[in-house]
Amino acid sequence: MLTRRIIPCLDVKDGRVVKGVHFLNLRDAGDPVELGARYSDEGADELVFLDITATIRSRKTIVELVRKVAENIFIPFTVGGGIGSVEQMDELLRSGAEKCSVNTAAVAKPDILTQAAQRFGNQCVVLAIDARRSKTKAGHWQVTVKAGTEPTDIDAVEWAVEGAERGAGEILLTSMDADGTQAGYDIELTRAVADAVTIPVIASGGAGTLEHLYAAIVAGHAEAVLMASITHFENYTINQMKEYLRDRGIAVNL
Amino acid sequence: MLIVIDYNVGNVRSVCNAFRHIGCDVELSRDRRKIEAAAALVLPGVAAFGFAVNALGSLGSCIKDLALAGKPLLGICVGYQMLFDESCEFGVHKGLGLVSGAVIPIPPGRVVPHMGWNKVGLHDDMALFAGLGGEKHFYFAHSFYAKVADSAAKVAYTDYGFNLPASVQKGNIYGTQFHPEKSGKQGLQVLRNFARIAGSTHSTNSGQASSLQAEGRDD
Repeated sequence: MLTRRIIPCLDVKDGRVVKGVHFLNLRDAGDPVELGARYSDEGADELVFLDITATIRSRKTIVELVRKVAENIFIPFTVGGGIGSVEQMDELLRSGAEKCSVNTAAVAKPDILTQAAQRFGNQCVVLAIDARRSKTKAGHWQVTVKAGTEPTDIDAVEWAVEGAERGAGEILLTSMDADGTQAGYDIELTRAVADAVTIPVIASGGAGTLEHLYAAIVAGHAEAVLMASITHFENYTINQMKEYLRDRGIAVNL
Repeated sequence: MLIVIDYNVGNVRSVCNAFRHIGCDVELSRDRRKIEAAAALVLPGVAAFGFAVNALGSLGSCIKDLALAGKPLLGICVGYQMLFDESCEFGVHKGLGLVSGAVIPIPPGRVVPHMGWNKVGLHDDMALFAGLGGEKHFYFAHSFYAKVADSAAKVAYTDYGFNLPASVQKGNIYGTQFHPEKSGKQGLQVLRNFARIAGSTHSTNSGQASSLQAEGRDD
């Protein structure tokens, strides 16, 4: 049986790890190479690196940084943010990434998911969805692109299903409403997406307590939980999270 | 010298990073002379099977001949799947045929890809798992698996609702469906064991110090 995964996330801007609330009011959380090595060493199951400025910055700096982070971690490594082509994915995979996540590019040209799956295998292709609760339709969420700045009319659950059909092997699902609040994951969103697809869903946005992690897995049906604020600012260690989940009957890699 | 085969597929760098970290003399190359002179070969792979086989091209038969002549070979993930006869991922493609078996889809009724950490039952008589004890978690990421049909191969399994082969050993030919280079401390131990099999010299850089430290912390 697969264990549930604990995944710290590095949001990287100008070479530093930052963390904000609802994607805004960023504060510094450290050096990505050091933080990555720390999480690998502490027993994190995976590391996610999101270049949150990538859509407007040159790729070269990021590729170099990804390479440096990868040299010091021995756990799976997902890189995302501003990826616009299969060639860029190839470059990141060759720099030490295990998987690439696409968000804006997949919405603009969904074929990228299929092309990437055919070239790298679908386990390499992560569809990142930034979802915001619809103000007009209850129980629905809208897909947002360009680092949360541009709402679309696309329904998040329908997009997840389509993304999986097109070749995504995993969904990184971020609730923009919950992001950075430490008030808990959007369980309803997580469960709606997780129940609609057969590929793994990573719950993201809102982790603040150990109970939140448990709820995302048990009530939200997430295969993995992603967190930033609560690990970067050392509220909990990776081990504390895993021991808590294990003691509540969840299979973890411990 | 260990040679990691460079055949233009994703993420071969992390395999080199991990071998370097444990103090191993390793180089990424597709140069035939270097491949022939290597103490051992590592065939990594993050790619769809057909793409990987095509990218490997004529290097495939070179690697096969060397493995049949006794050079230690470690296949990882799709590199492991290529050890078998054939795969049906996006069409039927021939593998190296070093181990009998076929690569087929993970049966429906569970989450696919099989992605994440799963517990592998380790055999004492499989050299890759020396010093690791009975069961350990390793990182998997795949949608197809090798149905092993080779009576000469030792097989370690993981449970994914069925017995999924996680690793094979047939003489000097080794393979892991999981990614040892991405499986934390226990994964580094698997690579250390392969380096030991290969008799690859350990350098005296900082990598060795950290590998000893990692060994000390193994539980």
